[in-house]
Amino acid sequence: MAEAAADRQVRALITPEGVDLRVRLATLGERAAALMIDLAIMFVCVMAALFLTLGALWQLHLDRNSRTGPEIVAIIWLLFFFVLRNFYFTIMECSPRAATWGKRALGLRVVARDGGALSADAVVTRNAMREIELYLPIIAILLSAFAGADEIGAFIVFSAIVWCAIFVLFPVFNRDKLRVGDLVAGTWVIKTPKQKLLPDLAGETKADVRFVFTDAQLGVYGVKELQVLESVLRGDDGEVMIAVADRIRSKINWSRTPHESDAEFLNAYYAGLRRRLEQKLLLGVRKKDKFDRN
Amino acid sequence: MRVADDRLRSLRFRQEREESWKRLEALLKKAERGSTRGLSDEDMVAIPALYRAALSSLSVARSTSLDAALIEYLEALCARAYFFVYGARSTLMQRVGGFFARDWPLAVQRLWRETLASGFLMLAGVLVALFLVLNDSDWFSSFISDDLAQGRTPYASAESLRSALYGAVDKDSHLSFFATWLFTHNAGISLLSFALGFAFCLPTALLILQNGLMLGALSAVFISHGLGFQFYGWILIHGVTELFAITLAGAAGMRLGWSIAFPCALSRVAAAVHAGRQGGVVMLGVIIMLVVAGLLEGVGRQVITNDFARYAVAAATALLWGLYFYLPRRPGDG
Repeated sequence: MAEAAADRQVRALITPEGVDLRVRLATLGERAAALMIDLAIMFVCVMAALFLTLGALWQLHLDRNSRTGPEIVAIIWLLFFFVLRNFYFTIMECSPRAATWGKRALGLRVVARDGGALSADAVVTRNAMREIELYLPIIAILLSAFAGADEIGAFIVFSAIVWCAIFVLFPVFNRDKLRVGDLVAGTWVIKTPKQKLLPDLAGETKADVRFVFTDAQLGVYGVKELQVLESVLRGDDGEVMIAVADRIRSKINWSRTPHESDAEFLNAYYAGLRRRLEQKLLLGVRKKDKFDRN
Repeated sequence: MRVADDRLRSLRFRQEREESWKRLEALLKKAERGSTRGLSDEDMVAIPALYRAALSSLSVARSTSLDAALIEYLEALCARAYFFVYGARSTLMQRVGGFFARDWPLAVQRLWRETLASGFLMLAGVLVALFLVLNDSDWFSSFISDDLAQGRTPYASAESLRSALYGAVDKDSHLSFFATWLFTHNAGISLLSFALGFAFCLPTALLILQNGLMLGALSAVFISHGLGFQFYGWILIHGVTELFAITLAGAAGMRLGWSIAFPCALSRVAAAVHAGRQGGVVMLGVIIMLVVAGLLEGVGRQVITNDFARYAVAAATALLWGLYFYLPRRPGDG
């Protein structure tokens, strides 16, 4: 089930060389978390700038000599706030990583849905839409804190929240998790995890005379079971290994040799099974799983 | 019966190529961390070659190797390299040049119908507010809130209104602060009116109309004190640029809403993407126009206090923008 759910997130991305890279869309949770990180960063920046501004104003107030000083400080503050509010996302997503700090932290990036280059205008568009998706709702919520004394005020706030909810909840109701900005800009957000190149399990085991499997013993399983076995071996969880080893032994009628550990047995069986299945693969036969009668 | 005597074929495959994957990974790490300045020319040439090698490794691995971790690694590595290799097709300067020479004016040209509609709405707003406030000055407060008016209300004296027009008299009026505030305010309004277009144009139209109403109400105050000519010089020196920018933002929003409501031959999503991208180009330009307007307002208006000079600058900007946007030009390949 988990695999099927993961597959629903996979989208084709065909490179000009004709290879499908099979990218994985970011989940809503990941995107929400990335947004929270970004908002936290912006909040900290605003607060720091505010304190700096107030500090500078206070200093200038003590000076009393400069008349233009406070104005310049206020202008800098205004411009800083403006750029941060409107262009933090845009500038960050125009960088080579195509991601804000929040997205970077979660290994996400913005890409064009058609697989082409992500253009600056697409980034501008998808972030201009934040105006109605992010800032209007925030304003509506702040508004609701102050209004509500009379019925008309409450009604206005209520309808504002309903209107905003349409945009905020938009990503929940489509298959590709697009928010309005993504939809209009032709982009989506994918996961680009930093994968480590893990050691090859078949490279670790030395040929061991104790483990010699017959073709019949190796023929019971297919690719799917091989890859489950791989994840078990990489997981390195003692109890799971014991259970899996016992299951395989009984399935292939393996009589336990003295002094063999479960890990040794599983590694050897993995190497044997993979050799057999890969040899068949070269001949064009892919045994999908244990039910595959190939 | 078979003993694992020699290495697996897929293992040998991997061991032969591992070095080049690792090298690509290291180069990508360097490239992603910051600028490409950390990379030598040799590295820059190597990345595409290594990318194609990794891509072919991925194809081979998918059809011959059953090591799931290896395939996952190669997929992730190829995706990262793909975005680097195909992400930026041109240098920044080429992009900026193409934007000013072609993309921006062409995008504006294609919006001519919406621009007319949006400009008409704003003009209508101006005229309606003008008419209403001139007849009954009580209308003023329903168009402009008190904090925005800054004392420029129908009840202000002609003298104080005149001094507001020619600035630089009163040091405490914080004009440049006000100009900056207006710039950020206008840019916010522009972005909002573009974004609101998504909701089928209507909110955008209202926003543009309201902007016109405010302008009309303000001008009525000055006209009623016999300062109409001077007022329009004061507003148009930067207003031509600024109002044009807001009109364009509204037009981009309307195009967006219109294509979602009536996508014609395209699918609704494709139509939205098309209009959205065009809108993005226009909006980039709108921000630039607003910066120009802010400079004209903050600097130009304080330096030039002669009415005729102000009108001359206004006419010049109108002419320049008009020529720049609407001179016929050949659509490029972009």
